[in-house]
Amino acid sequence: MPHLIRHRHATREHWRLLDAAALKDWRDGAFESGIQHAGVLIPLALWLEQPKEQRGAARGAFGVVLQGDDEPGALAADLDRIALIAIEFARFNDGRGYSIARLLRQRFGFRGELRAIGDVLRDQLFYLQRVGFDAFELRGDQDVAGALRAFGDFSETYQAAVDQPLPLFRRRIA
Amino acid sequence: MYRYDAIDQRMLDERVAQFRDQTQRFLAGLLSEDEFRPLRLQNGLYIQRYAPMLRIAVPYGMLASEQLRKLADVARRYDRGYGHFSTRTNLQLNWPRLEQVPDILAELASVQLHAIQTSGNCVRNITADHFAGVAPDEIVDPLVWCELLRQWSAFHPEFAYLPRKFKIGVSGSPADRAAVEIHDVGLQAVRGRGGAIGFRVLVGGGLGRTPIIGQIIREFLPWPHLLTYLEAILRVYNRYGRRDNIWRARIKILLKDRGIDAFRDEVEQDWTACGRDGPATLTAQEIERVGARFTLPDYRELPARCDTLERQLATSRAFALWYERNVHPHRVAGYAAVTLSLKRIGVPPGDVTSDQMEAIAALADRYSFGELRVTHEQNLVLANVERSDLHAVWREAHAAGLATPNIGLLTNIIACPGGDFCSLANARSIPIAQDIQRRFDDLDYLFDIGELDLNISGCMNSCGHHHIGHIGILGVDKHGSEHYQVSIGGSQGPRATLGKVIGPAFGADEVATAVERLIDCYLACRASDAERFIDTVRRIGIEPFKEYVYASPHPTPTRDPRALASA
Repeated sequence: MPHLIRHRHATREHWRLLDAAALKDWRDGAFESGIQHAGVLIPLALWLEQPKEQRGAARGAFGVVLQGDDEPGALAADLDRIALIAIEFARFNDGRGYSIARLLRQRFGFRGELRAIGDVLRDQLFYLQRVGFDAFELRGDQDVAGALRAFGDFSETYQAAVDQPLPLFRRRIA
Repeated sequence: MYRYDAIDQRMLDERVAQFRDQTQRFLAGLLSEDEFRPLRLQNGLYIQRYAPMLRIAVPYGMLASEQLRKLADVARRYDRGYGHFSTRTNLQLNWPRLEQVPDILAELASVQLHAIQTSGNCVRNITADHFAGVAPDEIVDPLVWCELLRQWSAFHPEFAYLPRKFKIGVSGSPADRAAVEIHDVGLQAVRGRGGAIGFRVLVGGGLGRTPIIGQIIREFLPWPHLLTYLEAILRVYNRYGRRDNIWRARIKILLKDRGIDAFRDEVEQDWTACGRDGPATLTAQEIERVGARFTLPDYRELPARCDTLERQLATSRAFALWYERNVHPHRVAGYAAVTLSLKRIGVPPGDVTSDQMEAIAALADRYSFGELRVTHEQNLVLANVERSDLHAVWREAHAAGLATPNIGLLTNIIACPGGDFCSLANARSIPIAQDIQRRFDDLDYLFDIGELDLNISGCMNSCGHHHIGHIGILGVDKHGSEHYQVSIGGSQGPRATLGKVIGPAFGADEVATAVERLIDCYLACRASDAERFIDTVRRIGIEPFKEYVYASPHPTPTRDPRALASA
């Protein structure tokens, strides 16, 4: 079961990524038992394929998954009924997810959980939390204790971002 | 010179600790080469042909004498006693040991130096006009803005994994000595109505495989919006720039694909929705605070004319030649800016030894308020020298091998390290530069040729800016051997132009002769002594040059351009 860091606390949770068939089962409440999962993740394209009323009626622990080339604006109308958005990093050095996160938080005002999934490594955590991620599903080989320390790499930051909306220059005492 | 406060210093120290931990994990096998690569690159560390290379930032080219002494010391203790200044005003050490790099960075941090974001797909070290703050033609002193950009770009969380590198250049003078038109973003500080400061923003310039001059995305951006507007540009690029092909990944390609108008619309839309007038909008208080942390030269009141200097110029021809090329006007009466040439014949362009660095630091302390500038032409500048001290500076610079009177002339060659060091290069640059310098070592001849930029790159990455050289030389691989393509007609500064290739590439031993023939042709064709090489190329085009250079058997130079053209 993968390590999940949420609000800087480590836990272990499995969220199941749904394909079209599994999504139907989940929707119909006919979901098979098996591996314990804390919730399900629905790819954006599948989510958008659901009729509007289905989307409105969705209940339970679910999140929508965005890829680097997805448009966060596509979720704008649904944001108040989605508790979790996961952004998948196909490669740790694909920086698109950073801007998507910032847009979701700052432009679209998303207040739910924003989770980094995929190739999520310790050495990117500090910047990821700055742009609005508050949960991180670490890649399997990552050292959790080390990852938790990474949030303290810097005690100050220059720029305005999501974790600190005021840039240093508005907080600095001359 | 901006002086760090306690917070700047703490963040820098934390960065060193972070990289020390990352390096240790890499050496212990806990971090893969792939995962370590962007981390080390964003700390200036390349793995090169023979050894790692550490690229140390000189933010917007400003260097204090104590920092240069530290660089001398580090180069001596951790490297081979010399360094190389690059066209982006960084200092490169060619032989450090990977496991010692964290120690080197800790040493550098003790004098507020670092190697942050000198490489990698992030916002790179900011470059600026090397006469910033002292040039008489300056409209806005860009230094405060450069420092604001340095702080904003350092550890920017959103833009550390861009599709490709991102370079910002800043100029406050219409002469544009910072080559802003060939940057991913070029900022030309200007004054609007009522004298308000703003920026003409250019985007999408760059050299490399696809050389393009930047286009204006905003004619006048009021200064409070500088950071938020740049973030909008970067966000659009970060999201839509190509990541599938390293050669198509710079912002210039995105701009080419979308067109400037569509790109501008996207930026404006993002800016309006996410940042404009937000907390990152700059404040007058912050401009004042940063300005106040700059140490400013305590100029004396001096007469504009210095009789001693006039006498010295009249009696020493060598001094007068140096004065003509290496001394530049200053906005304060009685002062001048001096270029210390790192282009002595026989020395790789931009290379400087630890001993020289110490001599230069001493010169800066004695004659120029302890400050230096690094130029994108790979020289150093003493920006605030009293005119009555120029002769003494010249003598001392001469003794240290730094007084070659060639600034703006053919032997002031810009060159990348090339195949001697760089693993990307197709061909060597340094021996070619040295060949050419030797061919033109006669000062009368060199001065007669007049202003000429000659730039050499060892490969298409164009670190030697060959596209914007009046004469540009590009190393290419031709059936496994080093060859050199020659172009003419490039130029830097406002309305920069890209050179055109004159014909088939030359072998390494033919390049100096080809340059000589270009010069012969120019001298025969120029309308007057005042017409520079680049002016002649613009007037008559490249054809006469091409015919002359490739003619066989080679004709004797003639003063009659018509005869020449039909030769």
